[in-house]
Amino acid sequence: MGMDSDIKLIDENGLRLDGRKFDELREIKIEAGVLQRADGSAYLTWGENKVMAAVYGPRELHPRHAQNPSKAVVQARYNMAAFSVSDRKRPGPDRRSVEISKLISEALEEIVFVEQFPRAAVDVFIEVLEASAGTRCAALTAASVALADAGIPMSDMIASCAAGKIDGHVVLDLGQKEDNFGEADVPLAIVPRTDKVTLLQMDGDLTTEEFDKAMELAVGACKEIYEIQRDALKRRYSTSLEGYEDFEEDE
Amino acid sequence: MNKEKKRELLLPGDIIEEEDCRPGRGTYKKERNIYASKLGVKTFRSGYVNIAAQRGRYDPNRGDKVIGTVTDLNPSIWMVDINAAFSAILHVNDVPWRVEFGDTISYIDVGDAILVKISNVDELKKVQIRMDEEGLRKLNSGQIIEIAPSQVPRVIGRKGSMITMLKNYTGCRIFVGQNGRIWIDGDLEGQYIAVKAVQMIEEKAQAVGLTDAVKEFLKNETGKDFDQEE
Repeated sequence: MGMDSDIKLIDENGLRLDGRKFDELREIKIEAGVLQRADGSAYLTWGENKVMAAVYGPRELHPRHAQNPSKAVVQARYNMAAFSVSDRKRPGPDRRSVEISKLISEALEEIVFVEQFPRAAVDVFIEVLEASAGTRCAALTAASVALADAGIPMSDMIASCAAGKIDGHVVLDLGQKEDNFGEADVPLAIVPRTDKVTLLQMDGDLTTEEFDKAMELAVGACKEIYEIQRDALKRRYSTSLEGYEDFEEDE
Repeated sequence: MNKEKKRELLLPGDIIEEEDCRPGRGTYKKERNIYASKLGVKTFRSGYVNIAAQRGRYDPNRGDKVIGTVTDLNPSIWMVDINAAFSAILHVNDVPWRVEFGDTISYIDVGDAILVKISNVDELKKVQIRMDEEGLRKLNSGQIIEIAPSQVPRVIGRKGSMITMLKNYTGCRIFVGQNGRIWIDGDLEGQYIAVKAVQMIEEKAQAVGLTDAVKEFLKNETGKDFDQEE
């Protein structure tokens, strides 16, 4: 972040490197219920990012000393595949992925009704297959679809998106080059129904005005992403309701 | 019962617009509104609005009959996996035999399948099961297959129509546990067809005219035709 360079991130027409406007998202596609063996799953592509999320549980938490007798523990594991970046990433957890795993776990714990499953664990596995800036937002967005897909009781879903600053302008959803050579990056996650913030970080410097602008952009985008998440689940499960009334109230 | 042709799918966080209803299973209440907490469709029963979950693990309910497998035992209890978030506890007092202290292993061993009833689920989600009622027993033969617990009503069918049909055509003894485990016992040919049929029901659960499609399948496979005999 904030590397000094003479790369121009915004052209003379006010468009970004990939032709997007300041407040434009990359293309996002989500598919729910893609894995057979997981309780819930989602596959998300966000620009060049490709993320797979799988949810298991609620199930008994091992080791037992990690159990919480009053609520369930949400354990998210964010992992980048060795082939997800242009230089091979050394596999295994590192400082960065441990941090992101913790962030995601804490964000998801906000929406899951953890008190309904004392002593249990809800495991969320997130694999980043291809990375191109904004993977923590992509991971969280996919993870919350996978949670809903797993039928886990929750108050709402979480939508997440980043905003940032490049060449002196506040823009939405930084791409790879913008992330590397821009001035600031602000990932944000909210619960769309209540606007509650569940994740907020800032890398780089922004003035108060710029920060407010970045928040405004990201919150707006989260609402848009929320609709994509909902659409993914509806597409997957609405058809299975045809003829449903035939079986209602049977024992 | 309202009979809309196509039911609307509710997602976690969706408001359930119903008056004079209390929040039931799969819902939560916040500031006078009732919201869905699971992915599913709404149903009504005795003043409560519930969400019939389309996905998810088995949620134990008192009185459900389920099929469990024993995972562990000690001198006075068996731990039983019932496909839920937590293992269930079967105490020696709740089995049909008089078991001496420490003699649990000679009655039910680890790996055995048993047909049990859920006698209690407490606030801590500790599940107690019993095996000392009529029809509950150890399953010594046959095979067990698993389906999603949300599909159980489809395998049973309206007033048991689907399960009766399966039993008639295949000649098998079949029991569908509420936890999505299905026990099938009979001659191998019949078992094979029954398993195929259950898989078909799970795959095409959404299909219109599922019962007829399954009947057609069973007729072809078994060569029997109960419609003409009647």
